[in-house]
Amino acid sequence: MKEVALVLLAAAVLAGCAAVTQPPARAPYADAAIYAGRDSYRSTYQRPAADRIALVGATVFTATGDEIEGGTVLMENGKIAAVGAALPIPTGFRTIDARGKWITPGVIDAHSHLGAWAQPETVEMHNDVNEMTDPNTAQVWIEHSIWPQDPGFDAAREAGVTTMMILPGSGNLFGGRTVTLKNVPSATVQGMKFPGAPQGLKIACGENPKRVYGRRGRSPATRMGNVAGYRKAWIEAQDYARRWERWEEGDRAGEPPRRDLQLETLAGVLKGEILVQNHCYRADEMATMIDIAREFGFKIRTFHHASEAYKIAPLLVNNDICVATWASWWGYKMEVFDAIEENAAFVHASGGCAIIHSDDPILIQRLNQEAAAALSAAWRAGIPIRKAEAVRWFTANPAKALGIANRVGTLEPGKNADVVLWSHDPFSIYARAEKVWIDGGLVFDRADPHYRRHSDFLLGQAGETR
Amino acid sequence: MRIRVTALLALLLAHSASAETIAIVDARLVTMTGAGNIQRGTILIRDGTIAALGADVQVPANARVIDGRGGVVTPGFIQADSSLGAVEVSQVPASADRATHSKRASAAFDISQGLNPDSILLPISRLGGITHAVTTPLYDDRPDRALQFAGQAAVIDLAQRPHMVTRPRAAMVLEMGEGGAERAGGARGVAIVELRTTLADVRHFAEHRAAYDRGEGRPQALSRADLEALIPVAEGRMPLIVKVDRASDIAEIISIAREEKLRIILDGAQEGWRVADTIAAAKVPVILDPIANLPRSFSELGATMENAARLHEAGVVVILKTGSGVAHRARELRYGAGNAVAWGLPYDAALAAITINPARVFGVADRIGVLEAGRTADLVLWNGDPLEPLSQPRAIFLEGTEQSLNARPLELRDRYRPLSR
Repeated sequence: MKEVALVLLAAAVLAGCAAVTQPPARAPYADAAIYAGRDSYRSTYQRPAADRIALVGATVFTATGDEIEGGTVLMENGKIAAVGAALPIPTGFRTIDARGKWITPGVIDAHSHLGAWAQPETVEMHNDVNEMTDPNTAQVWIEHSIWPQDPGFDAAREAGVTTMMILPGSGNLFGGRTVTLKNVPSATVQGMKFPGAPQGLKIACGENPKRVYGRRGRSPATRMGNVAGYRKAWIEAQDYARRWERWEEGDRAGEPPRRDLQLETLAGVLKGEILVQNHCYRADEMATMIDIAREFGFKIRTFHHASEAYKIAPLLVNNDICVATWASWWGYKMEVFDAIEENAAFVHASGGCAIIHSDDPILIQRLNQEAAAALSAAWRAGIPIRKAEAVRWFTANPAKALGIANRVGTLEPGKNADVVLWSHDPFSIYARAEKVWIDGGLVFDRADPHYRRHSDFLLGQAGETR
Repeated sequence: MRIRVTALLALLLAHSASAETIAIVDARLVTMTGAGNIQRGTILIRDGTIAALGADVQVPANARVIDGRGGVVTPGFIQADSSLGAVEVSQVPASADRATHSKRASAAFDISQGLNPDSILLPISRLGGITHAVTTPLYDDRPDRALQFAGQAAVIDLAQRPHMVTRPRAAMVLEMGEGGAERAGGARGVAIVELRTTLADVRHFAEHRAAYDRGEGRPQALSRADLEALIPVAEGRMPLIVKVDRASDIAEIISIAREEKLRIILDGAQEGWRVADTIAAAKVPVILDPIANLPRSFSELGATMENAARLHEAGVVVILKTGSGVAHRARELRYGAGNAVAWGLPYDAALAAITINPARVFGVADRIGVLEAGRTADLVLWNGDPLEPLSQPRAIFLEGTEQSLNARPLELRDRYRPLSR
């Protein structure tokens, strides 16, 4: 208790004006070391009104590996209450006939730029995703770029996407902090922030940073320049973390070290509180990034895009690193020339954490179809992966990558009731999300025009009634 | 010398229609003709053409029989707006021939010349059931160079042989709307005036060619090569692909085309559904990306997944494509068609939109796009519904020659195949 009070006092001193205008509530990260930066920018997410609902008779993919025919899913108080075949329906539950339909956990996208590069995306003023003014912009937070009126959020919700991580772009070595959002209508980004979800740090390998800065005649201009840039930053971060540790170990006597937003982010990674989300295509570069992580003592949570993960699947599995990738995207630049449709399946078959991600406002609307393309390639290669396992690629595994697997990603009692009811097998091209729940609250119903929520932007414009 | 001739002959034979007789039996045949779908049929391929097809076809004793049970045979699909054969890696300019920043060539750019039959994108796209594509020039605008036309599109096949052009100079490409306005200096009103001026110039040139040859013609904004290339457009013999999205832009270009007697094909047409009756009445075909449902620009505020279904319902000839100038993702055409079905386009209309419709619109329907006796055998045997990602092609024929189902990514796959857990 005493320690919490001390942290709050320090928070008030350091946060200045913000502390005056905001009630001194316990921050979600009050237990975090002060140098890591407290989450002053709190979630104001309100759980939608939740009924007690029984979905009855569907084929249920629980994303724990089970496929239940004629399954029942019970939702209560915003949580999954029970899942099983032919469960008795307790009184007080509203029954929805789901026979002939399919149920999965809410779709989770581990890689999105929704809101930060918002529609209309051809309008330059809507591109707030890449702070390409310096190769290290670890100090920026993507949540400060997000426009909640991006019509892309609505389109993704109507496709079953309940949670997504929004990342800064890949033009820099260190792009900034990520944010994990619940896909609910909101006038503020704070109203979408997934309470308690850890932030991530976007790191980019390869062609993008060296192209952006090489053309400006500054470092990095090469891949070795990239690596030198990462290492220099981590050395500074270690030094920064030590200064704060010394201050804390000295009972916080005297002036605290001066805060540095950029180093706070990196120090947060060293402390394990901020998850490394690393854009990296080539196998050799991923191996080098693993070496850097070892040198400085941090963990890489996920390699994103990771088109050559299949070449080093055991290395990634041994280091417990998730792979967020596509099935169909390839060839748009040199470092993605060797992409294969079986990438996710190879990681999966090696015992790893495979994820199908979007990086795209169109593809986010059909991650299930992209997973089907990846699964189809696996079957073509003679790798027997069941649909019930492949469903994890867009549910349970991204939940792990985002550090929220204890809350969402599977249909298990006690998990948040993020649920999608599909018209067809989600691995079919004809499947459409019919109903979507977040925390037990209905956020989309295809049969009810009330839920076809269009962002403020489209209100009163041509095509509003599309 | 003789050895060399023999080798050459062997090479030629390898690339010409197979002499083998092949029978695909017991498959569902999706003919795209009046014959409709034949539930359990046989299709006989001989000398590169479909010798017979139907429920009661006799299989000759010498035929190689392919068991099509549970499978579906479709015509090869046509990707109607691609860069196939004209690009290897998008961000490696030296590997791409799909756009020019020459100041001397606009309409004259003929993409059918200089294509690469060895492109690894061809067998990869083929695995998506695509046997043909319309390879279409893109714009390459530079600060001091923004020309009116992108150039001329060509119909190609994906058989990876030197003569890959099915029909050169199949259409001219012009962007209007936002892109056209920007290229014309920032306003739609200029782009439209420039288009009319160009057409007048081309017609004047065509009528006074001799005077131009004597050096007596009036000054022309376009090069001679551009003017020559545009004559068939101005005379309504070559279709003009017009890239346009906003409903008002669509209505405007249809009206211009009527006055100028142009044959146009709308490309993009995200808000096409809002003027569907106008498009249908003008008998203008539409090429569209069925999954482009976001308001990407102020010209696409009405974008919807139901565009294809609504246009078809209004009687418009719909052609489905993947993205714009697609290359690496060309194989996803069938997924787009499946999505269009999920959003209301009748199944047979979706298949027509990737076979017979583009074949007709690009003037190659006499050769490709349907399964019919006497036609060239360009077809795919699938192990299930071809629009489903979980289905895969089991055999692909181009002019009766069975195509390899291998491709570079599959070789990479086999090199790194994981040990089973």
